[in-house]
Amino acid sequence: MAFFPHLLLALLEGTVAAAVLALSALGLSLVFGVMRVVNVAHGEFFMLGAMLAWFVAKMAPGGPAVGFLAALIVAPLLVGALAFVTERLLLRRINYDPEATIVATIGLMFVIQQLALSVFGADAKAVPAPFSYRIALPWFGFSGYKLFVVVASVALLLGVWWVLAKTKLGLIMRVTQFDRETATAFGIPVNQVYSAVFVAGAALVAIAAVLIVPIQQAHYLMGLDPLLMSFIVVIIGGLGSIKGSVIAAVIIGLSDGVISIFFSPTLASIIATLAVALVLVFRPQGLFGVPAR
Amino acid sequence: MPERKLIVPDKKLISRRSALKLAGAGAAAATMGPGFMRYAQAQSSEPIRIGFQVHKTGIGAAYGKWYEQTTNAAVKLINEAGGIGGRPVEIVAEDDATDPGRGAEVVEKFATQHKCDVAFGTLFSHVVMGSAPRAGELKIPYFVVSEGHHVASGKLNRYTFQPGITDVRSQVISMAPWIAKNLGKKVTMIFPDFAFGYDHRDYFSAAIKAQGGEVNALIPIPPTETSFSRYFAQIPSGTEVIYHVMVGPAVLTFVKELGEFYGSNHPPLFGFIDSLEAVSLKSPGLEFLEGSYFWEAYPRNAGAKPADADTFYRGKVGVDQYGSSVSDPNDVSTYSHMFGCWETLYIIKQAMEAAGYKGPDDRAKLIEAAEAITTIPEGNEHPQGDKVFNGKIHQVFGHQNITQVKGGVGELVYRTTIEEGMYEPEADYTAMPL
Repeated sequence: MAFFPHLLLALLEGTVAAAVLALSALGLSLVFGVMRVVNVAHGEFFMLGAMLAWFVAKMAPGGPAVGFLAALIVAPLLVGALAFVTERLLLRRINYDPEATIVATIGLMFVIQQLALSVFGADAKAVPAPFSYRIALPWFGFSGYKLFVVVASVALLLGVWWVLAKTKLGLIMRVTQFDRETATAFGIPVNQVYSAVFVAGAALVAIAAVLIVPIQQAHYLMGLDPLLMSFIVVIIGGLGSIKGSVIAAVIIGLSDGVISIFFSPTLASIIATLAVALVLVFRPQGLFGVPAR
Repeated sequence: MPERKLIVPDKKLISRRSALKLAGAGAAAATMGPGFMRYAQAQSSEPIRIGFQVHKTGIGAAYGKWYEQTTNAAVKLINEAGGIGGRPVEIVAEDDATDPGRGAEVVEKFATQHKCDVAFGTLFSHVVMGSAPRAGELKIPYFVVSEGHHVASGKLNRYTFQPGITDVRSQVISMAPWIAKNLGKKVTMIFPDFAFGYDHRDYFSAAIKAQGGEVNALIPIPPTETSFSRYFAQIPSGTEVIYHVMVGPAVLTFVKELGEFYGSNHPPLFGFIDSLEAVSLKSPGLEFLEGSYFWEAYPRNAGAKPADADTFYRGKVGVDQYGSSVSDPNDVSTYSHMFGCWETLYIIKQAMEAAGYKGPDDRAKLIEAAEAITTIPEGNEHPQGDKVFNGKIHQVFGHQNITQVKGGVGELVYRTTIEEGMYEPEADYTAMPL
């Protein structure tokens, strides 16, 4: 393949990778940022969203588009409900203690994983895309749905940014993030904010999963990848900075696309992991993060 | 689609040999008087315990489920026919999580805790590699159903056998002449970046060269990869055949993205069904596989004239003529691998009966009896076909099949002879001490 089509494929793949990264990291970034706790079960919420997308698509009459739209509603609702229960029964009981939360959510991760294995089975499940359109370029073809994922990801990110920056709800979240005690003193129900943020984080990752699963497959072990990549994105971007996460996702996604096409995918992974290490050494708060108070 | 039909012949399965043995044992017990009777009875009814190392979780779980279903079906049948040497067979299943470390622990549990007579059942090659040394140390016969070349390579030990499924080396060398003759001589190989993939890479590259062809590009893919388009850019434009063999949960994405990349205008595809085991060829996005070719150890589509043994086997395992579960047509089996469990259990039975196996003290005799097996006839006990077993390398050799996808179903186009998959043995386990 000549240089130009090669580069074009690299950029296309990189853009899709960036969109997938930004989508899966969005929920984690929100929870990490506002609550300052690490939800290790984040990847399992993603997996559940994907499994539900498969289940709904299978059950829904009237073709993949109907199933897709139904899943976009059902998956975030159910995963959000699970997150709500988790927050009430687990996180609140341990008082959002950062270390205890890590251990508790690791446990939750295994519970969800094994439940998914028992309920849905071990085989990978294909979820049809709502539409199948192959963009035929002179050198190669590219999935039209992948580009749709990019567009949807931009829209979702803008939506979250708008809520955080322009609405009262967003203001409350930012205040809670800034200083929990002062927020309490000003009458902000911090516990309810935490609850809402945790549920919103889970619902967002479920939406991300519904969008992404047609270009992957639903499988009970699929949660690990988005978990790791989300961490990388959130750490590089900076704790709690949505902007930072997006920029980190674009950098990692595009460099991953280009490096893995022109060199090797293994080298791309090495560089991404190295980048995390370097950021942690030289700028522990991340590219756009504020040092923890 | 023709109606899904199942034929379950109700043959009396008790073999002449085991019937004679039972009768003999009864006669012997009778002559020894009432005092001895109770003891003989107790010993003869104590079950033979087969430790079943199964991928219930981890990346091999889709295979594990079907390995278990096949194993249970075969054991039920063996027990109905009088068990092994008149003793019932009991399966002790343990999950190895498709993990080599856990696999070794499971083998140890079989030997020391569960007091199993033999261990059996593993598929993924890294689990076999991790577990076999422990089986050798504990001197418990270990029968794998893995298709990797590691047993035949001589790298393992005298206690590890692969008597139910042909190894990768044999599979690929038997495919090369047909590919070179019918599809093309410039082959691009796409394979998983670990041991199983390297067997394909090394032995196919050599085999296609011997046919006057060449491998013009090697594209290894890490087993955890989820996105593949970027690898397809490495396929050279002069490629005449794309050879693919992938494993793991992302295989469907792999094939789908290959379709998106090429559209309808692609070089002929030759794939190993491993790329799509437990996946329906009619899955959305797989339409472009129409017309492409697959290696199958045992075609999941029974075809117009299935052999009686095949129909019998499908009926007992609970699989329809398309290789799907009878209870759910969307639940596709791992048809080209799981027969290995069935056939291996019958080999264990054959070897134990030939050795007059009584208990763990007879393990050395069992090993020698298994090594002495040579030809294996086709039949209900070996539905995939007749086979030749090489006792020196502990590896069985069978027929391989090439199918072409037509209307979302693989139709048989060629069945190799056993000889096409033969190679010079590289090792001799029988020279190792027991």
